[in-house]
Amino acid sequence: MQILRSLLFRLASTAATLVGVAVIVFFVIRVVPGDPIAMMLPPGATAEDIARLTALYGLDKSIPEQFFIWASGVLQGDFGTSITARRPVLDLVLGRLPATLELSIMALVIAVILGGVAALMGTRERGTKVEAGIDVANGMALSVPDFLWALILILLFGVAWPVFHISGRVTPSLDLPFVTNFYLFESLVRLRFDLWVDIVSHMFMPALALAIPLAAIIGQLLKQSLKETMHLDYVTLARTKGYGENHVIIREALPNAILPTLTLVGVQFTFLIGGTVIIERLFSYEGLGNMAIDAVINRDLPLIQGIVILFAVLFTVVNLVVDLTYALLNPRLRHA
Amino acid sequence: MKLSRRNMMKLSAATAAAGAFGLPALAQQIDELVIAYNTTLPSWDPTTGPSAVNPTIQGIYQSVFDQFILQQPDLSPAPGLLTEWGWNDDRTKVMMKVRQGVTWHDGSPFSAEDVAWSLARAADPATGNPINFVWSTLENFAADGDMVTADVKQFDPTIFKWMYFLTGYVLPKAYYEKVGADSFEEAPIGTGPYMVEKFERNAFVRLKANENYWGGKPDFETVTIKFVTDAAARVAEVESGNAHVTLEMPYEEFDRLKGTLNGVAAPISDIGMIFLNDIDVMLDENVRQACALAIDKQTIIDRLLSGYGVAIDTLQTPEYEAYDASIKVPYDPEKAKELLAASGYSTDNPVKFKIQTTRGFKPKDYEMIQAIVGLWRRVGIEAEIEVYEIAKHYELRAADTLAPAAFYNWGNSVGDPTTSTGFAMFGPSPHSVWDGADLIEKIGPLWGEADEAKRIEGWKDVDRYVAEHALVIPLLQYVQPILSAKGVTVTPHASGALLPHLMKRA
Repeated sequence: MQILRSLLFRLASTAATLVGVAVIVFFVIRVVPGDPIAMMLPPGATAEDIARLTALYGLDKSIPEQFFIWASGVLQGDFGTSITARRPVLDLVLGRLPATLELSIMALVIAVILGGVAALMGTRERGTKVEAGIDVANGMALSVPDFLWALILILLFGVAWPVFHISGRVTPSLDLPFVTNFYLFESLVRLRFDLWVDIVSHMFMPALALAIPLAAIIGQLLKQSLKETMHLDYVTLARTKGYGENHVIIREALPNAILPTLTLVGVQFTFLIGGTVIIERLFSYEGLGNMAIDAVINRDLPLIQGIVILFAVLFTVVNLVVDLTYALLNPRLRHA
Repeated sequence: MKLSRRNMMKLSAATAAAGAFGLPALAQQIDELVIAYNTTLPSWDPTTGPSAVNPTIQGIYQSVFDQFILQQPDLSPAPGLLTEWGWNDDRTKVMMKVRQGVTWHDGSPFSAEDVAWSLARAADPATGNPINFVWSTLENFAADGDMVTADVKQFDPTIFKWMYFLTGYVLPKAYYEKVGADSFEEAPIGTGPYMVEKFERNAFVRLKANENYWGGKPDFETVTIKFVTDAAARVAEVESGNAHVTLEMPYEEFDRLKGTLNGVAAPISDIGMIFLNDIDVMLDENVRQACALAIDKQTIIDRLLSGYGVAIDTLQTPEYEAYDASIKVPYDPEKAKELLAASGYSTDNPVKFKIQTTRGFKPKDYEMIQAIVGLWRRVGIEAEIEVYEIAKHYELRAADTLAPAAFYNWGNSVGDPTTSTGFAMFGPSPHSVWDGADLIEKIGPLWGEADEAKRIEGWKDVDRYVAEHALVIPLLQYVQPILSAKGVTVTPHASGALLPHLMKRA
């Protein structure tokens, strides 16, 4: 009952958050410098030409009036038409969302694997040179930003040893039988491993660049958490029962130690999605982030609004899922 | 590298991995040309929306669509879909003869109807053509056999030049009317050298050679244009062999790679300049003159742009029709000091104003302005740099609220003086920030001048006047760096458009 009430409260606050985001983004992008009509003014355009184009894109109305037109459209599922692509914003945004989600999830998986292995090894080898080495590697991974990792990876695995694709999401010459934009997932479902390998070879470097800093955070936090848990009585009891160190760490300490890490992973996942903006640009990956940069450069106001709203939905949904998962996994909250 | 057993194993593993991931090999014989392009293609309609006036995209449009008149790599016009064009004697009508035997990509015949419809559509304000004000100087378009005629509503001596400039494309009347705008976006057809085979928005476009192209079948059967907006990634693409051609990379990278790859660096119709707004201290001609004389353009080009640039003294480049080599604004810091002293300024009492610039929008734009501010400081000018986005520049310029000095680049791929000096310096134009009545009087009569020789001489006089009174500071003509694999020869186009059909097997 408590969880249900909490869930309803969270849903209500999520809706309020989204309304707030919609209002802020709508007004802010109209106040910041950069007029989309001025962007497309040709040499020699007269005041009448400016007025004609302004009216054509509905920018001749007052900002509150524009907002209510846009908001009423959104409530009916119409997010407007992109100024540059001249297509419905919702189609464009939903068309790119799967690419960004797949990239973010792949990055998260890599980060969890790398960070988890580092934490388990560091805990098992605590106090040794191995742990010191892991700490140094963690420090490096954290101090170098993801876009720099991206450039290093491009140099290493794109140019010096060209085993991965540098740009795009899939090789243009391949015929894609997909009906959804979840290429990675659908290639597996269709058992098209040739396409899957091609898609992974395009995604690997951007995903790894996104994953490295997150892996370091996961590794550090989980190791710290594990080390604290290793001193608790029930762990000591497990040892006295004669369990080996691997069993003690993985079966006894990890289930308790993982909870703070899980919360962190949820929060970081939202940041990870935000981080795709730069990474997608560097790798010319056709996701939402890349589209967002183009939209900002071109002052494509309807598209910017659509992308920001979608990012806000993603952030709030991920946070909600994390909170619910935490509540389900944590016995103290589950039985509260 | 020493060829040891271990190295051999490493190489074998690398080759196997590359093969497994399907990376293209550095083939001697290139079957599918891959171009790493520096921008994305938001829309396929070359006549509407912001894409229509984006110079960078025109190369893609020109691969699929033909313009009314062909523009050659040196910017000069040549017969294209229109083989002849001109006015009647009293300039009240235009006549255009249409090429016969041309087909659209779907196999249907191209006709004079398509030309008349495309012109009428461009002139219709409801279609959202940003250049509508040019096309609407014509009306009553009619097709008869292989001829198209129209009435001249307002004489514009440059109307035929616009037919190979922005939005001057011929679209298929029957197909467009049948499928509508949305479906045209999905499956565009033209009469150009390449047909669209596959298009992934924000990712790539795959083109197939048009075997029936009236200008001859292109050399490469298939061309993939990948949209790689990051310069470092573009360089990596071509360096790794993933792409065969790329453009617009840092000059240092161009110099590094031009030995191992083919490198072409040719001047294009794009210039760097400083707008002077007739406000505050810029109302003082001595200050303006001093600003212009204190800039050592050649040194800036040599030091910052590795020598890739052409110093200019007017808004015309050597390729433009109204270029006049006799107009010079020399580097003369002593003269600049004298002029400033006459207005009461010195290094101890410098004249102060703000200069706006973009950062990273054009090669070394911010660094150039930093260097210029440094040169100015030596003669008694203290300029404060304000960095802004290009969108902000457009907005400020349209509102005539730029700072006293503002860096910008100006493209003019038809090379006509109206589209350089004209629009940049004519007060009533939304692109001009200099509103002096004297200049408006000089430029005004040239808009409708029917005598071409007199018109060009008139613009040269305007350029001389602008230079003598320092109403703007032209800096340099940009050079476009292009890198290609050894198997590909690229013919650069002075408009800056990278055209796959001008690429040949080496």
